Amino acid sequence: MSDLAPWVEVVLRAVAVLAAFLVLPLIVGQTEHKVMAHMQGRLGPMYAGGFHGWAQLVADGVKFVQKEDITPARADRWVFRLAPFVALIPYLVALAVIPLSPTVVGADVDASAVLVLAVIGVGIIGTLMAGWASANKYSLLGAMRAGAQLVSYELPMVLAVASVALAAGSLSLVSIAEAWKPWWLLWQLPGAVVFLVAALAELQRPPFDMPLADSEIVFGAFTEYTGLRFAFFLLAEYAGIVVMSLLFAVLYLGGWSGPFEQWLGWLWTVLKGFLVAVVVIWLRVSWPRMREDQLQRLAWVWLVPMALLQLALTAVGVVVFP
Amino acid sequence: MTTRDLVFTAVGAVTALSALLSVTTKQVVHAALWLLVSLGSLAGAYLVLGQELVGLVQLLVYVGAIVVLVLFALMLTRAPIGPHAEIDTPAWQRVAGALLGAATTTLLASLLLPLFAGATADLDTPTTTTPQVAQAVFGTWVWPFELLSVLLLVALVGAFAVSRLVLHREGADPVSPRRTVTSDAPAGGRG
Repeated sequence: MSDLAPWVEVVLRAVAVLAAFLVLPLIVGQTEHKVMAHMQGRLGPMYAGGFHGWAQLVADGVKFVQKEDITPARADRWVFRLAPFVALIPYLVALAVIPLSPTVVGADVDASAVLVLAVIGVGIIGTLMAGWASANKYSLLGAMRAGAQLVSYELPMVLAVASVALAAGSLSLVSIAEAWKPWWLLWQLPGAVVFLVAALAELQRPPFDMPLADSEIVFGAFTEYTGLRFAFFLLAEYAGIVVMSLLFAVLYLGGWSGPFEQWLGWLWTVLKGFLVAVVVIWLRVSWPRMREDQLQRLAWVWLVPMALLQLALTAVGVVVFP
Repeated sequence: MTTRDLVFTAVGAVTALSALLSVTTKQVVHAALWLLVSLGSLAGAYLVLGQELVGLVQLLVYVGAIVVLVLFALMLTRAPIGPHAEIDTPAWQRVAGALLGAATTTLLASLLLPLFAGATADLDTPTTTTPQVAQAVFGTWVWPFELLSVLLLVALVGAFAVSRLVLHREGADPVSPRRTVTSDAPAGGRG
């Protein structure tokens, strides 16, 4: 692409990132339908369209578009309407800087690992805005749970990423993946576990879906949302799975390293990311929801010390085996 | 004027305007949200000036954590939708606040503007400033950095101790999740 005019290249890259942003979450959503249907023997998602229920996602989309866009009378209109976009856009930015291979990347940024962590942390503002502006006590409770959860799990996540960055000696995702070697699978294992658990918690996926617990607070911060605005929140959740899975693949699974990586590098990253996404879905299917105090205990008593230990382990490794 | 000048002016204007809105709005949560815009666009200003790492850390710490805590704390207290007479400030306080703010701005401007009037930075040759920042923090400024960390740690332990001591003195049961939550919460998937 380097022989094109600069502005053409920028437009092309932006369009490509947008296309990936719209397609990948849908693929993850469809996978979730099918994986859950098989694992839990659910019949619903297997009907629509005939063969294996392929049209279920289309039906969902049509349903969301048809629904009336309601803003509650006592809600704070502007904040209420802006919230879904504030929740969605950070993941778009994050996806733009995650490399699929050294050449296939939306925007090659120097400190991309920090950038991804920073924008992912901004997404929670959308949930907080939604919960407060809905003028609904369940929404407010959900938003507060989400806020408490995100603040707790952000720390172990940042520490886990810091450990990989320390091992690679760089804050750039491209350099981190290039410095990766197979034995890091063992060396960075505690950090990888911490990252995966913290990522699940940041996405508010089961077993960390206390902020949305339907048996207690209806649907948390999203209770009052309908139609497309609700669909945007769902899209943000699935885009979040895509971002976290690709990030995990790049940080801990070596990204594009594999056979024929000159030509097929991006494919390896996508495949590894997809595998992580399936694990994320699998965890949703197989674990019950954790209680609020168990959530906080897990973050502060287990994950933070584990991440600190991993950081020490990495530091020793870097100094002793340079 | 180059493109960078234009972008910097725009980002600076957004920062200043949202900061102004944050202190003049009558709705307490809106104030926090405008503060968010202001801190976020300040990160943008750092980016335009070529200080990538500082801008990103600004975003990570201030927007992602501190404003989230502010919003969280507001939601714990009374944060009504729309203006509310009970949490409004009297007129004299607003005037005093405006005067103090103006005085601080004048003081800082009169001090900093002459100091950095002729300073220039080369932004057109792409360089990575991250190692420089790291070397400055962990080399030249390592002692102030460590002292600040200890100060924050002391503040943290102090806050914890104060909350526990007050609870003990009042004879109240210290908050323990094991005692307050008795039965199993209902578990199950959604959807």
